[in-house]
Amino acid sequence: MKIPVDTVMYGFDECHSFVSAANQCTCASSVLLAKYVANSPYFSMCFDDAWITAGQFLPHSLGFRCLLHRTFQQYSFPLTTSLQAPACMAFIHSYQDLSLPNGTPAGTSSPGSSSSLLNRLQLDDDLDGETHDLFVSVDDPKKHVSTMETYITYRVTTKTSRTEFDLPEYSLRRRYQDFDWLRNKLEESQPTHLIPPLPEKFVMKGVVDRFSEEFVETRRKALDKFLKRVADHPVLSFNENFNVFLTAKDLNSYKKQGLTLLTKMGESVKYVTGGYKLRARPLEFAAMGDYLDIFTQKLGTIDRIAQRIIKEESEYLVELREYSPVYSSWAGCEGELQKPLEGVSSCVSSSSSALEELTEDMSEDFLPVLREYVLYIESMKNVLKKRDQVQAEYEAKLEAVVLRKDEKSGVPADVEKCQDRVECFNADLKADWDRWQNNKRQDFRQLLTGMADRNIQYYEKCLAAWESIIPLLQEKPDIKSETD
Amino acid sequence: MADSGGPEAAQLSSNDPKGELGDVIPEEARSLLRKMEISVAEAEKRTGKNAVNMLETYTVYLIETRRVDSSAENQNFSPDSLWRRYSEFELLRNYLLVTYPFVIVPPLPEKRAEFVWHKLSADNMDPDFVERRRIGLENFLLRVASHPILSNDKIFYDFLTEENGWKEEVMETGFQPKADSRLKALNATFRVKNPDKRFTELKHYSDELQSVTSQLLRVRARVADRLYGVYKVHGNYGRVFSEWSAIEREMGDGLQSAGHHMDAYAASIDDILEEEENYADQLKEYLFYAEALKAVCRKHELLQYELETAAQDLMSKKQQREELASGTVRTFSLKGMTSKLFGQETPEQREAKMRVLEEQIQEGEELLQEKKTECDEYVRNAWSDMERFTVQKDRDLREAMISYAVMQISMCKKGIQVWTNAKECFSKM
Repeated sequence: MKIPVDTVMYGFDECHSFVSAANQCTCASSVLLAKYVANSPYFSMCFDDAWITAGQFLPHSLGFRCLLHRTFQQYSFPLTTSLQAPACMAFIHSYQDLSLPNGTPAGTSSPGSSSSLLNRLQLDDDLDGETHDLFVSVDDPKKHVSTMETYITYRVTTKTSRTEFDLPEYSLRRRYQDFDWLRNKLEESQPTHLIPPLPEKFVMKGVVDRFSEEFVETRRKALDKFLKRVADHPVLSFNENFNVFLTAKDLNSYKKQGLTLLTKMGESVKYVTGGYKLRARPLEFAAMGDYLDIFTQKLGTIDRIAQRIIKEESEYLVELREYSPVYSSWAGCEGELQKPLEGVSSCVSSSSSALEELTEDMSEDFLPVLREYVLYIESMKNVLKKRDQVQAEYEAKLEAVVLRKDEKSGVPADVEKCQDRVECFNADLKADWDRWQNNKRQDFRQLLTGMADRNIQYYEKCLAAWESIIPLLQEKPDIKSETD
Repeated sequence: MADSGGPEAAQLSSNDPKGELGDVIPEEARSLLRKMEISVAEAEKRTGKNAVNMLETYTVYLIETRRVDSSAENQNFSPDSLWRRYSEFELLRNYLLVTYPFVIVPPLPEKRAEFVWHKLSADNMDPDFVERRRIGLENFLLRVASHPILSNDKIFYDFLTEENGWKEEVMETGFQPKADSRLKALNATFRVKNPDKRFTELKHYSDELQSVTSQLLRVRARVADRLYGVYKVHGNYGRVFSEWSAIEREMGDGLQSAGHHMDAYAASIDDILEEEENYADQLKEYLFYAEALKAVCRKHELLQYELETAAQDLMSKKQQREELASGTVRTFSLKGMTSKLFGQETPEQREAKMRVLEEQIQEGEELLQEKKTECDEYVRNAWSDMERFTVQKDRDLREAMISYAVMQISMCKKGIQVWTNAKECFSKM
C-alpha cells in the first residue's frame, strides 16, 4: 500500500486524516511515521523551539532522519501556511543541524535518499505486513584455532536494496564477540528501543561444550534470529553500527573508536538513570509490566514442562530399547511364532527411533526458542525500566519547578526537554511493543504448530510400523506343523 | 521312543493346522461346551469368619452354567448359578494337576497382582483387579471345559454344578496325600541317566518361556509407566495454556482450545493402558503355563527315574543270583568275609536264598515292565497334550500380538487426531 499523499497535502489540520489513512496502511514504516504524527508531540511542538529538542533527541537513527526529512519535504510548504514561520524555520534548522554534524556516511543523506526512501516505502508489503528491503542470515559456522584462543566464526550474509549500502550484497565472518559489540552499541545508541537479545554467553568454560555441534548450531540459530530482528526493525536497521557490522571488513577499528555523538546521547540517558524514582507508572506501561511478569512466569512453566516431557520421553526411550530385544530373544525360542515376534520387535524398535527423533528435535528446536524469549522479555523489561527513569527525572524536575513556581511563571526549557524525552520514549516503546507482540504471536504460532507437527510425524511413523506388521501377524501358519 | 506319542498327537495337530477353535477341540470336549455354556458372571465382596474364627474379607465369583441341548433347542434351561471362592478354584486346579499329571493344566489368574506399573493398584480388592481376575477365572473354566481330557472330569463338572458338598467330594478322592507326595517329588532333585531328549528340550523351552515372558512383563510394566508419565506431563500444558490465554488477546482463543486438546491427550492414556492390561494378562497366562509345562516335565523325569531305579535294582538282583549260582564272589565283601570265617552256607540255605532272589527278580521284572508301561503311556499322553498345547499357544499368542498391534494403531491414530486438532488451534493464533 502507498501512503495516500494527497491527504497529506491538505496540511497540518488534516494531520488526523493522514494518521488514520496511514494506520490502515500496513507498511510498518509509514505506520511508525504516522504514530509519530499521531502522538503529535513533535508536531504540536512545531509551535516552539521544542522541535529542536525533539529533533536532537529523536533522530539518532538514520531511518528516522530520513523519515523526518520526508515529513519535512511533504509538510513544510503546506504547513508553513498554518504555522508561524520562525517555528518552521527552527524545525528546518534542527533538521539540517542534525543531518550534517553527525557525519554518518549514509547520514549525509542527500535529498536523493529521501526519494529513494519514498520509493522504498512504496514497495509492496510482505505477507506479515512488513516491508523487507534488508535480508541478513547467519550460517556456516567455522572453528578457528590459534595459539591464543579457539573460537567460532559465523558467516553473515547481507542482501539489500537500501542505498545506505554501497553494495547490494555482503558476506563477512563474525564471531560472538562482534555480535555482542553490536548489541551493546545498539543499546547505547538507541536507548529508547527494544534491542533483541543475544544467546547467552556461557563464559564458564567446561559447563557447556562451546564447540559441540549442537551448541554451535543452537547459537547460530539464535544469532540469525537476532540479526533478522534487527534488520526488520524500522529504526534499528538504520543504525550506523548495524551497517558497520554488516559491511565493515575490519570491525576492530570501529570497536576502538571513541565516543561518537550517538554514544554521548546514550550516555546522557544513562546519566538520567540516576537516583530518580518513579511514583507511579502510567497505566498503559504498568499493564505492559504486568503482562511481562505473567508471561515470563508462563514461559518458565512451559519450559519446565517441555524439559520434563523430554526427560520422560528419554526414560520411555530407554525402556523401549530394552523392550524390543525381549521380543526378538523370545522369537529365538519359538517356531511358528518366530516371525510375528520378530515383527513386533522391529515395530517397537522403529517406534523407539521415531521417539528419539522427536526428543532430539524438541530439545534442539523448541527449548532454545523458549529460552530466547525469556531473554527477549528481559530486554523489554529493561526498556520499560529506562522509560520509567526518564519519566521519573521529568517528574522530579517538574516538581522542583512547581515548588519554585511563585518566583517565575513558565516552565524552564530543560524540563520541557525532559517531557519531550518522555514522550519520545513512550512513542518508541509503544511502537516496539506492538512489533514485539506481533513477532511473539508469529513466533509462538510457528513454535507450537511445529511441536504439533513433530508429534504428528512421530505418531505417523509408529502407525506405519504397526500397520505394516498386521498382515504378517495375520498370515496363517504354513503347513509346517505337518512336517514336524 | 521318540515317536511313541506319535499317531494320536500328530492327528491332533495335523488334522487342522490352520486351527479354528472348533477343530482343535476334540469331539468329546466340544460336547461339554455344546451341552453347557459356562461363564463367571460377576464378583462380589464378602466378609466372613475363617477357620481360626477371624474376620476376613474375600471375593466370591458367580459361576453361571446353562445347559444347551442341541437336540431339543426349544428346551431352554434356565441358568444354574453358584458362588465359588478363589481358593476353591485353586483346589480344583490342584486336584486336576494331581489327577492328570500328564496334562498341561491351564493356569489360574494371578492371586496377587504382579508386574504392575505404579498407577495400577496392587490391592486384591481393587475393582479393576477383581474384574480382570473374573475374566481370568472364566477363561480358566473355558480352557478346562474345552480340554479333551479335563472336560470329562466328574469333579470339574460338580464344581460347576454342585454348590454343596463339593469340597468333601474332592477330599474323598484322596488326592491330598498324592498331592503331598507329588510336591515332595517335584521338589526333590535326582539325576536321570537317560533323559528323553524331547522332554529335556521341552523343559528347556519352558524355562526360556518363563524367563522371557516374565522379563517381557517386567519391561512392559516399565514401558507403561513411562508412557503414562509422558502423556500426563502433557496435561500440564493444558493448564498453562489456559492460564496464558487469559493475558493474550489474539492468541487467547487458540491457546485456550489447544489447552483443552492437551487435557484430552493426557486423559486418553488411562483407557489406552487399561486396555493394554489385557495384553499383559494374556502374556501372564503363558508365563503361568510355563510352570505347568515344567510340572509335566518334572513328572516325566520322576517316572523315568523310577523306571531307571527299577531297572538298576533288577540288574543288581540278577547279578547276585549269578554270583550265588556260580559260587564266586567277585568282589571283596563283608559276605565273603563272613563265609570265610564261619564256613560256607549249607546248600539248603543257598537254595532258599536263590528262591527269594528269583522271586525278587520276578517282581522286579514285573515292576520294570509296569514302570515302562506307565512311562510310555505317560510320554504318549503328555506328548499328545503338548502338541495340543503348542497349537493353542501359537494361536493365542498370535491373536494377542494382533490385538496388541491394533491397540498400538489406535493409540497412534488418537495421538495424530489430538495433535492435528491442537495444530489447528495453534495455527489460528
